[in-house]
Amino acid sequence: MTLQQPIQSAQGSGPAAGATFDVAVIGAGVVGCAMARRFALEGAHVAVLEKAPDILDGASKANSAILHTGFDAPAGSLELACVQEGYREYLEIRHDLGLVHERSGAFVVAWDEAQLGALEAIRAHAHANGVTDVQIVTARELRTREPNLSHAALGAVEVPGEGIIDPWSAPQVYLEQALANGASLLTGCEVTGGRFDAGVWHLQTTTGVLKARHVINCAGLYGDLVDQAVLGCAAFRITPRKGQFVVFDKAARDLVSAIILPVPTERTKGVVVFRTVFGNLAVGPTAEDQQSRSDASTDEAALRALIADGIAKVPALEHMPVTATYAGLRPASEEKEYRIHTTPDRNWITVGGIRSTGLSGALGIARHVYRLYSQDGPAHERLENPVVPKARMLAESGPRDWKCDDHGEIVCHCELVTRREIEAALAGPLAARSLAGLKRQTRVTMGRCQGFFCTARLAELSAGHFDRPLAEETGDA
Amino acid sequence: MREPALNRGGAIDVAVIGGGPAGLAAATELKRAGIGRVVVLEREQEAGGIPRHCGHPPFGMREFGRVLRGPVYAARLVARARRAGVEIHTGASVVEARPGGDLLLAVARGVQEISARRVICATGVRERPRSARLISGARVAGVLNTGALQSLVYLKRLRPFRRPVIVGSELVAFSAIMTCRHAGIRPVAMIEPGPRVTARWPSALFPRLAGVRLMTGTRLLEITGEGAVSGVVVEGPGGERQRIACDGVVLSGRFTPESTLARSGHLQVDPATGGPVVDQWGRCSDAAYFATGNLLRPVETAGWSWREGRQCGQHVAADLAGNLPREDAFLRLEAAGPALKYVMPQRLSLPHAAAGMKDLQLRVGREVRGALVAVNEQGVVWREKIHARPERRLLVPVGEIAAGVAAQPSGSRLVFEIREGAG
Ligand SMILES: Cc1cc2nc3c(=O)[nH]c(=O)nc-3n(C[C@H](O)[C@H](O)[C@H](O)COP(=O)(O)OP(=O)(O)OC[C@H]3O[C@@H](n4cnc5c(N)ncnc54)[C@H](O)[C@@H]3O)c2cc1C
Ligand SMILES: Cc1cc2nc3c(=O)[nH]c(=O)nc-3n(C[C@H](O)[C@H](O)[C@H](O)COP(=O)(O)OP(=O)(O)OC[C@H]3O[C@@H](n4cnc5c(N)ncnc54)[C@H](O)[C@@H]3O)c2cc1C
Repeated sequence: MTLQQPIQSAQGSGPAAGATFDVAVIGAGVVGCAMARRFALEGAHVAVLEKAPDILDGASKANSAILHTGFDAPAGSLELACVQEGYREYLEIRHDLGLVHERSGAFVVAWDEAQLGALEAIRAHAHANGVTDVQIVTARELRTREPNLSHAALGAVEVPGEGIIDPWSAPQVYLEQALANGASLLTGCEVTGGRFDAGVWHLQTTTGVLKARHVINCAGLYGDLVDQAVLGCAAFRITPRKGQFVVFDKAARDLVSAIILPVPTERTKGVVVFRTVFGNLAVGPTAEDQQSRSDASTDEAALRALIADGIAKVPALEHMPVTATYAGLRPASEEKEYRIHTTPDRNWITVGGIRSTGLSGALGIARHVYRLYSQDGPAHERLENPVVPKARMLAESGPRDWKCDDHGEIVCHCELVTRREIEAALAGPLAARSLAGLKRQTRVTMGRCQGFFCTARLAELSAGHFDRPLAEETGDA
Repeated sequence: MREPALNRGGAIDVAVIGGGPAGLAAATELKRAGIGRVVVLEREQEAGGIPRHCGHPPFGMREFGRVLRGPVYAARLVARARRAGVEIHTGASVVEARPGGDLLLAVARGVQEISARRVICATGVRERPRSARLISGARVAGVLNTGALQSLVYLKRLRPFRRPVIVGSELVAFSAIMTCRHAGIRPVAMIEPGPRVTARWPSALFPRLAGVRLMTGTRLLEITGEGAVSGVVVEGPGGERQRIACDGVVLSGRFTPESTLARSGHLQVDPATGGPVVDQWGRCSDAAYFATGNLLRPVETAGWSWREGRQCGQHVAADLAGNLPREDAFLRLEAAGPALKYVMPQRLSLPHAAAGMKDLQLRVGREVRGALVAVNEQGVVWREKIHARPERRLLVPVGEIAAGVAAQPSGSRLVFEIREGAG
């Protein structure tokens, strides 16, 4: 069920007036989507409240799309446990939900003697983390495996289990599974406050009041602010860390086969050269602390530095055109560790500071949180035969819609997006309400020409669907 | 008009990818030369190419002896091709060009594979988008190329903004202004990083600015806004910065060939032009493929592209008759940057270096005065005094070069360079 209308106005009317949910999940980022799915599968009656018109509009809108093994996560951390549990579940449900996973492997490459000296510690750490297929490879072997890598590479640690996924279709299908199994989604619904009264939360939102026995705050970049607004205090503070990327032309895709990681520093995993499942090669991210929680702007100097970094590692990138540039914001807190806290006397769980591994960890985080929630025995009856929806297939190597019969027409020529795909993304409970949302659901305008050829057709097809239309009628002729 | 299904109607002699002026001209010429089955594959729902959405004159002087608006011109080219017996398949997007002339198509029903004895690539140019220009700032709606603006206004009667800033001053930027005026959009400024307007005959174009503020020597530093454009920050000639309020940005010009098929396939691409590497017959690195029109290099007019297309049709007809020399003995032509941006063709097939395209086409990256010279291992084989500006073509008659290179061995290089100040 999807509620499009105000839940309950100040006067106490509205379609869900009076309904009390078992759990309200605040935020439809990757973590909130996985959370809703887990709780719905466990039999809880779930509502997801998302302030943006489209899902995945916060930290989850832009990342490197790597499904991590946890080989480099801090030993004994909650992050490691969640990433590994998440990785396992992703592989388990991959087939049923139609999720993409390209097990490309990764090389942590040493570019100087000091980094070369650090490789053994990285290998040992990975083994201690239980990732036991990690091994050191020589410069010579690296060169045969990655012939386009600069010959300045001195050696590497190979991590065969690292891979790439579709960062939007996966979380979307988590949420779709929750909705198909009884959950409700409210978009354009910002939680602004609340009151806990006789075991029930009365959440104040921009579209009315919603009642739920438990609340899970998965508000990502705003996690601390939501805790403050509703609980009155927050145990951490988010300082967004921006990561910019450059995406090269699809012709560059085959220049590397594995993910090329640098030897990490304290602050970040560093600049990565990676393929995307959509068939591009990308370089990024940067790591820039900032105060704004919404400003994902790019800047020329940083992009040029990324390009130079990419060319230094993969010299053939020199002649490759740039297809896209983008930036994402990591919900970083004072600590690297996930900030998952329970406030048991008020039925509140905060899932915050999921900084740089949330895409990998989400399914594991959801399981961990469900365990916290049901500590005193099973709270609900797990669904016996849950509905299992299928994810959209946007991976270049997959059975894309343009290859199938009667898709209508190709609208976006660069990414081969069909009219049928666009119409599907503009309908249903997760109907795209902005071009950004439609892009995440279909890849339209994300290719080489960035809308040169298809913007007009797209404006026509999306008319009446977006909160901010792509264009207005001229009315002159 | 209904075309026969692509997979029926017998073997395809020539498949032309792209139904713009160049592709249509090539196909028409092939039919006139008596070639059997010639098909144009056009991915849009209508053939005609870029002129379909250039709702302004002047088009057609060369082709029809009169001045037409773009859409009328496009429709006439299509009608002429059909009359000549060309099959035009719209909604047919070529997604892979494979060795020897095998093509993979995406059509409304799914995918289709076809083979042709020869393939002509005529996929044109587009403007560089924001991303490839690495423009700083917020990622907001309302930043478009001229092509998208024209399609919105002329094909769909839609208007994406009301007060945009126009970036660039090539001819197409003036088209952008005309397009805006047609839709009741009032640009606030035209900004150009160079010291003067790039388009030729700027004085004739000035009246067309129609009150739009022209700011030369001005760089776009940043786009601002939340959700949609609210302004741009620019830096003037003296380094002074200012914010211009606007609700859109038109990124005009900075053309790049639409060479996707070559890039992601087997055909060699010249990083200098951005188009496929060709010889003086327009033949690509796989001799089953030819290229023509603006795909060859950025950028020429419709009339020029049309004439190239016609010539390419003649070359391909000659090739099918067995009258082209082999493709595997050739000189490599190179342009020494950064003063020179490119030379096209990139190869001169031997022995008949002087046949095929009449001229080599070159461009400079900045204004230069001096000598343009062609150098091989023996030294300077050709020279000419020049004064050239960016975005204007330089033509070097192949006949003049051919004499000087007659003795040069296959595989060797001929480099064009600018000697500034020299006469
Ligand atoms: C540059 C970069 C690269 C990354 N690379 C990877 C990678 O390769 N692999 C990996 O596993 N992870 C990666 N990550 C990390 C991953 O993207 C994040 O960990 C993850 O997206 C965090 O998701 P979230 O759901 O916690 O937060 P968000 O995505 O921010 O979701 C929170 C949601 O809550 C909503 N919200 C906020 N306040 C309210 C409110 N008051 N009421 C209602 N709704 C509200 C927001 O609109 C938002 O949709 C990367 C991140 C970045 C930035
Ligand atoms: C925005 C813009 C404005 C311009 N304005 C003018 C002007 O006012 N006057 C002027 O003289 N010139 C103008 N030009 C230059 C223009 O390139 C030429 O006028 C002319 O259109 C070039 O002809 P062409 O046949 O080479 O390419 P195009 O006209 O671009 O035709 C190429 C055709 O190939 C099709 N195509 C591309 N890829 C595929 C594929 N994979 N499969 C099937 N079909 C494909 C395209 O849909 C298109 O129809 C403009 C160019 C641009 C980009």
